[in-house]
Amino acid sequence: MTWALTSPRFRKVMAGTAVLSLILVIGAATLYRAFPARAALVADLSDHLIAITTGFSGASVLLFGATEQPGDIVVIVRGPSKPVLMHRKSRVAGIWINTASMTIENVPGFYAVASSRPLEDVASESIRRRHQMGVEYLPIAPPLTKASANIAEQWKAGLIRSQQRSGLFPNATGRVNFLGQRLFRTRLELPANVPTGTYRVEVFHLREGRVVGAQTTPLSVSKVGLEAEVFDFAQNRAALYGLFAILVALVAGWIGHVVFRKG
Amino acid sequence: MQVYLPIAELSVDAFLLLGLGGVIGFLSGLFGVGGGFLMTPMLIFIGVPPVVAVATQANNVIASSVSGVFAHWRRGNVDFKMGWVLLGGGFAGSTVGVGLFSLLRSLGQIDLVINLCYVIFLGTIGALMMIEGTRAMMRRRRKAAPRKLHQHSWIHGLPLKTRFRKSRLYISALVPLAIGFGVGVLSAIMGVGGGFILVPAMIYLLGMPTAMVIGTSLFQIIFVAANVTFLQAAQNQTVDVVLAMLLLVGSVVGAQIGTRIGSRLQGDWLRLLLGILVVAVCSKLFVDLFTPPVDIYSLGVPL
Repeated sequence: MTWALTSPRFRKVMAGTAVLSLILVIGAATLYRAFPARAALVADLSDHLIAITTGFSGASVLLFGATEQPGDIVVIVRGPSKPVLMHRKSRVAGIWINTASMTIENVPGFYAVASSRPLEDVASESIRRRHQMGVEYLPIAPPLTKASANIAEQWKAGLIRSQQRSGLFPNATGRVNFLGQRLFRTRLELPANVPTGTYRVEVFHLREGRVVGAQTTPLSVSKVGLEAEVFDFAQNRAALYGLFAILVALVAGWIGHVVFRKG
Repeated sequence: MQVYLPIAELSVDAFLLLGLGGVIGFLSGLFGVGGGFLMTPMLIFIGVPPVVAVATQANNVIASSVSGVFAHWRRGNVDFKMGWVLLGGGFAGSTVGVGLFSLLRSLGQIDLVINLCYVIFLGTIGALMMIEGTRAMMRRRRKAAPRKLHQHSWIHGLPLKTRFRKSRLYISALVPLAIGFGVGVLSAIMGVGGGFILVPAMIYLLGMPTAMVIGTSLFQIIFVAANVTFLQAAQNQTVDVVLAMLLLVGSVVGAQIGTRIGSRLQGDWLRLLLGILVVAVCSKLFVDLFTPPVDIYSLGVPL
């Protein structure tokens, strides 16, 4: 079957193609304006691996970068996510006991934000919500199938408080400092109890409340040397590790006795 | 000096752990208790996850008990025969206890049961020891006639009579077997070695001399703690050897000092002091049950 160039079918297809092309062009133009082809934002970390050694007591990583145009910078550091079990206590006959529990999925093991100006001044609420800038925008409330909206919010607030108490969701927003108009730097502080795994460091460049550039950099936190060996031993040869632990204790007890008998 | 603990996954001051181990070891050598009922809450307090705290303190108890047993053995204060019988009952009891623990956990109230067990048993035992210790001391002050070695009751009518020469006892082997069993059940539920229950039981129910009780209790605790350490390491991977090593250096030294001081103290004094210690821990737990928590929301044991 052949189509005549003037057939209504052909004209319909041509019109459709034209509309589609127009959408693509407008879309591309919008994207170009949002993320110009030449990298408007470059950022990197002073270190991509945080090694947990015997003397580890937290770490500090320098994040630095440059933008083509002036604007604001927001940095979000996020640790590996995992499900978390939570309890809620209430008073029963004068005694405080756990009366409800809830499993919350995908809770980041660490979450910190740094910004060049207060977050409220940098971006509107909808932008902050979309990019999860601020602990209140993390999607860590229990699903609505398990709790009504305001109860879910209470669980979420309780989870955030408990993560803040252990230092894993630092309360304060960190500072991003500009050196002149283009260069910026900030320090990412990780406490000693950070979970191991791959972290995601997101850098957002904002102008007039809009995100005009973004970059994501991985950061790895892992045990090395003796720490890693002990951990692997405990995980992979659990029974042998148990016997080893017992042997160490027996020998230590005996040595203590011998030393003191002579002393 | 900060040291990172590979299993507990946090960094703590090494000297704090040495000191903590020392204090617990001292009490262990002095009273013949494993010290788990003090060590576990202390470790949790400094931020060690509860599952790691329970498992690792058991490992530390082995060291302090071995150290203490050698010291008591040299003074002839370990009744091995009695120790083995108690241990037999203890292993059977802890097997039943582990099953009971799983049942309670499936019912969702294991925390409450553990706390209530602590309060009830610690409170009762501690109060009784304080009262008895004080009475015994007052009696000696007045230089009254010494009381009989032990009272005769229906217990002495049971079969399987055995002579425990070291403890100067001639009783049915069923009695220490039953005590070992009961302590085994409780220690599995409460996650402790059971020394603070076993010691008073041996003193008051069996009528053993206080000095002999301490050495014998430590002897049987070695095996219970080794069993717990092995099971926790093999099943849950929760024993932190770095934490255990720091604690046990302090414990071993502390246990030796405790044993020395204990051998110079009268049995009545020891019972009174242990009573006070047990009541103090119990009061803290009792108050905690009624105190509003810092936050009604808390993180549970990680899945």
